[in-house]
Amino acid sequence: MVLDLVPIWTLLLGLAVFHYVVFDGFDLGVGMLYGFAPNDSDRSIVMNSIAPIWDGNETWLVFGGLGLLAAFPLAFAIIIPAVYFPILVMLLGLVFRGVAFQFRFKHSGLQQFWDRAFAGGSAVATFGQGVVLGTFIQGFKVEGRHFTGSSFDWMTPFALLTAVALMFGYGLLGAGWLILKTEGELQDWARRAARVCLAAVLIAILAVSLWTPLSNADVARRWFSSPNIFFLSPVPIITALLAACEWYALTHRHELTPFLAAIGLFLMSFIGIAISLWPMIVPFHYSLWEAASSESTQAFLLIGTLLLLPIILTYSAWSYWVFRGKVRGDVGYR
Amino acid sequence: MTLDAIMLSRLQWAWVIAWHILLPAFTVGLASYIAVLEGLHFFSGREIWFRISSFWTRIFAVSFGMGVASGIIMPFQFGTNWSRFTDATADVLSPMMAYEGLMAFFLESTFLGVLLFGRRLIPTWAHFFAAVMVAFGTLLSSFWILSTNSWMQTPQGYKIVDGRFEPVDWLAIVFNPSFPYRLLHNVTAFYITTAFVVMGVGAWLLRRGRAVEDSRMMIRMALGLLIILVPLQIFLGDEHGLNTLEYQPAKLAAIEGVYTTAQPAPLTLFGIPDDQAATMHYPVEIPYLGSLILTHSWGGAIKGLKEWPENERPPVALPFFAFRIMVGIGFIMLFVAIVGVILLLRRRLWDTGWFLGLCPWVAPLGFIAVIAGWITTEVGRQPWTVYGLMRTAESVSPSLTATDVTLSLALYIIVYLVMFPTGIAFMATLVRRGPQQQDLEATRVESGLPKRPFENAARTASDS
Repeated sequence: MVLDLVPIWTLLLGLAVFHYVVFDGFDLGVGMLYGFAPNDSDRSIVMNSIAPIWDGNETWLVFGGLGLLAAFPLAFAIIIPAVYFPILVMLLGLVFRGVAFQFRFKHSGLQQFWDRAFAGGSAVATFGQGVVLGTFIQGFKVEGRHFTGSSFDWMTPFALLTAVALMFGYGLLGAGWLILKTEGELQDWARRAARVCLAAVLIAILAVSLWTPLSNADVARRWFSSPNIFFLSPVPIITALLAACEWYALTHRHELTPFLAAIGLFLMSFIGIAISLWPMIVPFHYSLWEAASSESTQAFLLIGTLLLLPIILTYSAWSYWVFRGKVRGDVGYR
Repeated sequence: MTLDAIMLSRLQWAWVIAWHILLPAFTVGLASYIAVLEGLHFFSGREIWFRISSFWTRIFAVSFGMGVASGIIMPFQFGTNWSRFTDATADVLSPMMAYEGLMAFFLESTFLGVLLFGRRLIPTWAHFFAAVMVAFGTLLSSFWILSTNSWMQTPQGYKIVDGRFEPVDWLAIVFNPSFPYRLLHNVTAFYITTAFVVMGVGAWLLRRGRAVEDSRMMIRMALGLLIILVPLQIFLGDEHGLNTLEYQPAKLAAIEGVYTTAQPAPLTLFGIPDDQAATMHYPVEIPYLGSLILTHSWGGAIKGLKEWPENERPPVALPFFAFRIMVGIGFIMLFVAIVGVILLLRRRLWDTGWFLGLCPWVAPLGFIAVIAGWITTEVGRQPWTVYGLMRTAESVSPSLTATDVTLSLALYIIVYLVMFPTGIAFMATLVRRGPQQQDLEATRVESGLPKRPFENAARTASDS
């Protein structure tokens, strides 16, 4: 073995998934908040705030999925069938929400239907992702190289908790984005929505942080044994500081901070889950190294990825730059 | 046919991909067309290119949105329903699919946003550049996904370790034997499909005296492309067939409906295939022609399906009939293109009502041909997912029950039956609206852009 590519792919895939969670997370959150927006002109602004960029954000889901498939195919082949129905509803939710951008137009008699499809599709897709997350943390029934449980194993109270938690989490990100992109009354409304979401997110983070170690002795040992507890204590401490910062920013008219602090909260949760499960990619059966694809596969894809990712990030950033500033009601979808 | 998890998963795959393939069949060609129009507008500054481009960009937005929505579903199917196939082939196939995402999806989706919303925010050259990048993305996407599909048809460059495929030679994997033919055949099919739609829409508008200058230009451009591509496609199809004869002889036997090896072989124009009895009932045959077309000699032999054990034969009926539909459409297209060009050259096209009336009717033919061709090649590959090496029956996820897949298939059917008719109806609304003068004015006046252009589109349509 010349060079172990597994850590590089772990890092890349981690970044890709995190990028997806933040970016599609905020536009799924915006989609859910859309359902609660005060009136029709507000709804237009809410939708227009993500109309030019949602498609690029969603592409990270495809890359995350295909990256998992390419770097850790065994994980893909076990995890995806195990979450057959959560993935199904996530995909169908994304379908409805994706086409609603175009199909939502007035005088068709169907506007209300597509309004609901947009908010509902966003909610269902997020719910599905949250169930996948919860099921992943709890682990899978595996024999040999296959998932051997039933397609309904995901129906657990814990997975439902993470699903609801993710809905509020994406809601928080979405509200942060709207605070950044809107003004006046709509922005005030987004601030109120963000405060509700933040409260729910903090309860959820606490619940998951207690539930996971209580139900799994290995996870408890990882966090609470000495000396780990000292090395890992910054994780909850920083999370608490970020939560305080978020609350302060929401009540003190900061425009960018709520969005950034929300991303920070997601990052800490992400790191927390990674610490609990490391080095498993199929909890608690296969490690990253055991599930990895052949060296040749990882190398072949890595060359192109390292070349292309900076280019992708550059032109993505450029597209955000083109659509910078507050959203105007008059630049709509065409 | 028993409806077990395998059969239902196959039906689900067929359902989601058959709908999905209609969209790239249209958007690959349309993206290139829009890039050409944007280029003509940028270099000549003439308004007509702008009007035509804006018109088709609106339609492109809807079809591309549906393509993305139905496309995101596809990679996950590999995991949800075909996890054993995934486990066995991922080391070889997954980087190609990942490269499709990296090279194509990001490019398309990011620059599409700029193409659709950025006209007033960026200079014309940057807008043209965005159109080129979207078109380039659709072609890169075709490259990688067709390479993946081709490897399943004609695998090479691998070794098998513990029942799993491992890569040995990436160049051999990517450029596997059927890939160049499949890529050229498909992309040409996509361009032809789009050109027939453009011509049909132009003729429809012209017959109603709408946007006369724009419509004529659309028809001229479409005919110019078709008179080159349709004959080329017939040649490419023939080459693709010869490649199939070499690498997938059982598929070819199914396409030709040959159960018993024949030398010289006739060409079966029509018949009723019977897999149980392994015979073709009521065959309509032309002697020698089969050998002539397939082996390019009078006495060449064509291997019949009986040369293979029964459990290695593809079903005949679907590839046999689908192939005939595809080829039949190809010749109708050739006829339409030749007649159209003759009329154009004789300067009689704009007065020939029957031809303009015919164009909208032949506009959907490309889609039917694409689906027929896809059925031919995919059903003809059966009973394998990786030709000759991995069986479809051994590819499905082991945890799935028939109930699971029935439920998911039912949901996919319901959702697609809502999404696709709505999308098609919406695109029809945009077609009826036709190219608009005010598009240009809207971009000139700084604050004049309507609040939501679709709103106006719908209103204009309901008024007229």
